[in-house]
Amino acid sequence: MVAESYICVIVLILAAMVIALRNLRKSYGTAEGRLEVLRGINLDLSAGDRIALTGESGSGKSTLLHLVAGLDRPDSGEIVIGGRDISKLNERERAAYRRTEVGVVFQQFNLVPSLDVAANIAFHAKLAGRHDTEWENELVERLGIGALLTRFPEQLSTGQQQRVAIGRTLAARPGLMLADEPTGNLDEANGDAVLELMLSLSKGTGSTLLLVTHSQRLADRLDRQVHLRSGKLE
Amino acid sequence: MSVRSIAIAFAVTTMASLSGSQAAYQGFAGLGSADEGFSVPQPGRLFRFPADHGPHPDFRIEWWYLTANLEAPDGTQYGAQWTLFRSALAPREANGWSSPQLWMGHAAVTTSEDHFVAERISRGGVGQAGVVAEPFAAWIDDWQMKGHAIPGADQLAVIRLSATAEEFGYELYLSATGPLVPQGDNGYSVKSAKGQASYYYSQPFYAVSGSLSLPNGDIAVTGKAWLDREWSSQPLAEDQTGWDWFSLHLDTGEKLMGFRLRDEGEGFTSATWITADGRPDALPAGALKIVPVRTANVAGRQIPVSWNVQIPGRGFDVTTEPLNEQAWMSTSIPYWEGPIAFRGSVSGRGYLEMTGY
Amino acid sequence: MTTWIAATALLSHWRRRPLQLGALLLGLALATALWSGVQAINAEARASYARAAAVLDQNGLAHLVSSNGRPISQSAFVRLRRAGWKVSPVLEGEYRFGATRLRVIGIDPLTMPAETQTVDLGNAEDLLSFITPPGTLVVSPETAEKIRGQTGLALRVSDRMLNGAAFIDIGMAQRLLRRDGELSRIVIAENQRPGLEPLGKLVPTLSVREPNAQTDVEHLTESLHLNLTAFGFLAFAVGLLIVYSTIGLAFEQRRPTFRTLRCLGVSLRGLAVLLLTELVLFAVAAGAVGVAIGYLVASLLLPGVAATIEGLYGASVPGTLSLRPEWWVSGFAIAVAGTLVSSAQSLLRLMRMPLLAAAQPQAWGRSSEKGRRFQVLAAAALLALSGALLLWADGLQAGFGVLGCLLLGAALLLPAVLSGFLTLMQRTSSHALVTWFWADARQQLPGLSLALMALLLALAANVGVGTMVSSFRLTFVGWLDQRLAAELYVAARNEGEADRLRAWLATKVESVLPISSVDAEIRGQSMQIFGVVDDPTYRKHWPLIVGMPDVWDQVASGKGVLVNEQFWRRERLRIGDKLDLASDWKAAVVGVYSDYGNPKGQVIAGINALTSRYRHVSRLRYGLRVPPDQVADLRSNLSDEFGLPPENILDQAALKEQSRRIFDRTFLVTGALNIFTLGVAALAMFSSLLTLSEMRLPQLAPVWATGVTRRELALLELLRTLVLWLATFIAALPLGLALAWVLLAVVNVEAFGWRLPMYIFPYEWIRLGLVALAAAVVSVFIPLRRLAGLAPAELLKVFADER
Repeated sequence: MVAESYICVIVLILAAMVIALRNLRKSYGTAEGRLEVLRGINLDLSAGDRIALTGESGSGKSTLLHLVAGLDRPDSGEIVIGGRDISKLNERERAAYRRTEVGVVFQQFNLVPSLDVAANIAFHAKLAGRHDTEWENELVERLGIGALLTRFPEQLSTGQQQRVAIGRTLAARPGLMLADEPTGNLDEANGDAVLELMLSLSKGTGSTLLLVTHSQRLADRLDRQVHLRSGKLE
Repeated sequence: MSVRSIAIAFAVTTMASLSGSQAAYQGFAGLGSADEGFSVPQPGRLFRFPADHGPHPDFRIEWWYLTANLEAPDGTQYGAQWTLFRSALAPREANGWSSPQLWMGHAAVTTSEDHFVAERISRGGVGQAGVVAEPFAAWIDDWQMKGHAIPGADQLAVIRLSATAEEFGYELYLSATGPLVPQGDNGYSVKSAKGQASYYYSQPFYAVSGSLSLPNGDIAVTGKAWLDREWSSQPLAEDQTGWDWFSLHLDTGEKLMGFRLRDEGEGFTSATWITADGRPDALPAGALKIVPVRTANVAGRQIPVSWNVQIPGRGFDVTTEPLNEQAWMSTSIPYWEGPIAFRGSVSGRGYLEMTGY
Repeated sequence: MTTWIAATALLSHWRRRPLQLGALLLGLALATALWSGVQAINAEARASYARAAAVLDQNGLAHLVSSNGRPISQSAFVRLRRAGWKVSPVLEGEYRFGATRLRVIGIDPLTMPAETQTVDLGNAEDLLSFITPPGTLVVSPETAEKIRGQTGLALRVSDRMLNGAAFIDIGMAQRLLRRDGELSRIVIAENQRPGLEPLGKLVPTLSVREPNAQTDVEHLTESLHLNLTAFGFLAFAVGLLIVYSTIGLAFEQRRPTFRTLRCLGVSLRGLAVLLLTELVLFAVAAGAVGVAIGYLVASLLLPGVAATIEGLYGASVPGTLSLRPEWWVSGFAIAVAGTLVSSAQSLLRLMRMPLLAAAQPQAWGRSSEKGRRFQVLAAAALLALSGALLLWADGLQAGFGVLGCLLLGAALLLPAVLSGFLTLMQRTSSHALVTWFWADARQQLPGLSLALMALLLALAANVGVGTMVSSFRLTFVGWLDQRLAAELYVAARNEGEADRLRAWLATKVESVLPISSVDAEIRGQSMQIFGVVDDPTYRKHWPLIVGMPDVWDQVASGKGVLVNEQFWRRERLRIGDKLDLASDWKAAVVGVYSDYGNPKGQVIAGINALTSRYRHVSRLRYGLRVPPDQVADLRSNLSDEFGLPPENILDQAALKEQSRRIFDRTFLVTGALNIFTLGVAALAMFSSLLTLSEMRLPQLAPVWATGVTRRELALLELLRTLVLWLATFIAALPLGLALAWVLLAVVNVEAFGWRLPMYIFPYEWIRLGLVALAAAVVSVFIPLRRLAGLAPAELLKVFADER
């Protein structure tokens, strides 16, 4: 009885925060044995937080992001988001979580190749049940991709693809927006423009943003920075 | 089946003697014995004409053998041969394909340059080949020897002879200027010291006219011809390997038939001297002596093409020369047969046949 | 050394992808197997026709045959010989030795031209025993086994003889066949001397049949072999699709390797040579396996084909296969050629690849809009050509041309049709995932279209040939019921027995229908003329296609005759046309009847008219009409009281059963080939799906990341494959029916001379659909299991830098 109430209290406390990562560990099997990528990550994010996650190449940034996005599971630890430990969810529940609560922008191949730009933008929103034509039109306008709507991803430049990917993610208005080096494949000017758009637009949706980048310049533009080194946050 | 097997079959049944192959001859020698129901020539039998011009199916073998020494108006010499062999698988005749009689025809024309040969083989019984005594006709396919004698005359007194092959042909008219001549003892011709014999008669007195068809065109010819008729069931002794056979037209009008059957020893010779009016004188065995003068390479064999022929008792001593050394009969049973001329004590022309070389 | 290292690097690809290697080799081997298997069967059959023709028919030479249908007198032969013609007599007929019927061919070994003397009588003794009593039969070893002890004739076994035939001396043949003094034909030797009297003058009643380069049997069976070849080719083409897709994939996947090797100093030329060597080695290895499987397939199918050929055309083909170079060499050649053709595109791309091109594999097999449009145009042109051929061309080749153009055109059209269908479905769906489902299916189409085309062809061939065979069977069975109207069929052993039999039967049956026939040559074709009595049985049952109202009266009077359909069509006869049936017998065609399973023409005339013109008509066989309940009694009385051997009495049911069995056996091969083709199509599908599944991660990963489980994705993949299969299956139905129609109405008419009504068998489609579905599920199973079990890390790699 006592234990149960204790847990309830903790849950209530945690629910007050959007994201809480607790002692998160993840390793991969490689040819040289197991590689410990994350070695006990603890991180708290409040609603609307915009955090940059920086670190050297191979420090585990993408892995951490994938875990938070519900794309992969940690070996141990908790990923409590909106009061649920998503690491305990089964595949179906995790898919539902990805559909309705998270939006991810990857470095590349964000788009569904068989759908045109318009369908791609609406795709996630429709799956999430938050399809809103007006909002999508506004996004298209803001992103400057109105001329591309009938094109297919393979007909777009990398910069255009990333804009559409951001539009696709924002159209679904996820509570948590994750971006993994979204401008990594772009030149600096283009990358800045895209990032600027993402930041301003995500402000409008009130989404929490976790941006993985190795660029200090980009990181400086966010509210807060955490640095990942050898599997631990500094 | 090959032509060769036909040839062998014929050799077995007809003329083991003609076969150049000693092995074949010996291999099938067992068939040479005269039993199996075949008749065997007996001395003292008289010929009955025209019946004896026809076939004698109860004898194993028989032939109608005609050779002609011919001359074109320009004096060019030619030789022509027409032969029909009969060979019986059984001593009987039957109508249709079941007839056990086989027939083989040979035709040849010899010039000093060429020797043309053709052969025909046929079954008896269906009419493709055969001989009828009266009115006389002997034929195989389109080759024929047909009697045209006036009634009452001998069926062979006048005959028309024709043969056509791809390269050559001839059509000859023959009329006899003398009688039929029995050989040996009144037609009983002994072939070995062991007594093998055949019935044998000849018509050596034909005057010939007609034409030869050769690749270069037709040639009108005249000349002399000789017909041999012979039948038997076992013509040779087992050790006899072949023969050298002469039929000679002497310029004197006389004729000489002589042969030597070769064996492991001296050989067996026989000859008939025929007077110009057709009376035969059968010379005693050994009276004829023949000695090769010269041999030539013919079809890969050494063949004596020039002979010294002697009958000492008659002062006859001549040397023969062939019109064409290469008168090789490349038929299924090969042999040498060609026109010859002779000089010496008397001259003339004739035919030489050599088998078993 | 460099070469060896480069080769090792290239080959290592296959070690990591054994399934791909397996698909490549299996595809090539199967394609080669079906091709060389069919070729082996054809080669064996053709060789035996040629042998039969050369040995039995002396077909290399001209012949004299009777022009008035009467047997040739032996005297004609003698007349020709005595006119100098080199000719040889032949008498042919059927003779029963115990239970074995042989085609007995009487020859004269002494006059038979050397070039046709294919039977070696070895030596003189053989020759003598051949021509002297009791005579010798020259037969094949198998035939010798069958008739040993059944004849007093000596048997001589020759490996060159064909089963079911025997050479015998002409004289023995005349005696055996009771045809004294008669000949069937006269062989004319090649070299005749000039100046011979013309044949027309010597033997005016005979006509010359020129030597045939193609034998009758070859001509008749041509359609069957064309059919088999078409199937073999279809299967081969389907197999090549597998090879094409696998090689394409392997090349794309090895692009990084190519780049690395070239950076390390391997020349483009050297690389090309290495790859070419690799391909040729694969081709030879797979070709060897293919030829071996082909041999197996052929030896399994050959007895069936032999039975077909014997059943349909009466030609004998041995049931055993020999290793003829013409098919195994062609098997290897086509394996290598096929591999090179299907890898040409990939090799060409390699040659054009810049040294530092992105090592990123491109989505494979994506065809351009231009290519698609060209394909549709080509399809339209082919379909138009098919229609044009159908309307304006004649002949068997044209018939197969119609088929080929139709199938190819339809196959080329398929991607466009499917694409249209998928676009429509995509437009009408509003749910995001459903929209994606259709859009993705459409995007997958280029990669699958080759496999789907293969599937379409295989399914259409199944539907088409199945419909044809089933229609044929239904018609055939109905026709048998009409044709075999008599309850009992009896055969007397000789004319004397036949006379007694007729007298004996007179009071015991409702009617006796003589089955008498003669062989005749009508309009240059050898065929049979049957004589029939005027009996209600014919009036009621005989299967007439067209006929005058009083057709049976006309037949009975001798003024009119019936002809069978094949003769009618071949000669384009019309009712009322006159036929020369004998030198002094002309009769009008008054009706046409269907006569399935008979390669030759046939005429039916009144029996009196027939016997008055042909005195040697055999009258040994009779059909008996008796009330059905008396059949058994009559049957036992016939054998017990009358003394007819039981094997000479056949009842209707047994005869029908026998006919049906022959029919079913006849189409066994077609069925087997159908299954094989479907199997290869399934393999093509499998290999394509496997290929695609490797390329599909970039397409699936974003959807997965957006919140769709791997299981759902796998399920959608399965559904997508099934939808494509179903769409293809539905498309295959009309195509199959069109194919069946062409087979029934065009090809059969040209090949056999009869046209069959088409029936539709939806039940068979369902069965085929289920088989196809099973194949689809099997083909998709491995790729799907892979997808469902994919580690997230694999999917995540898509989004990382370079995969």
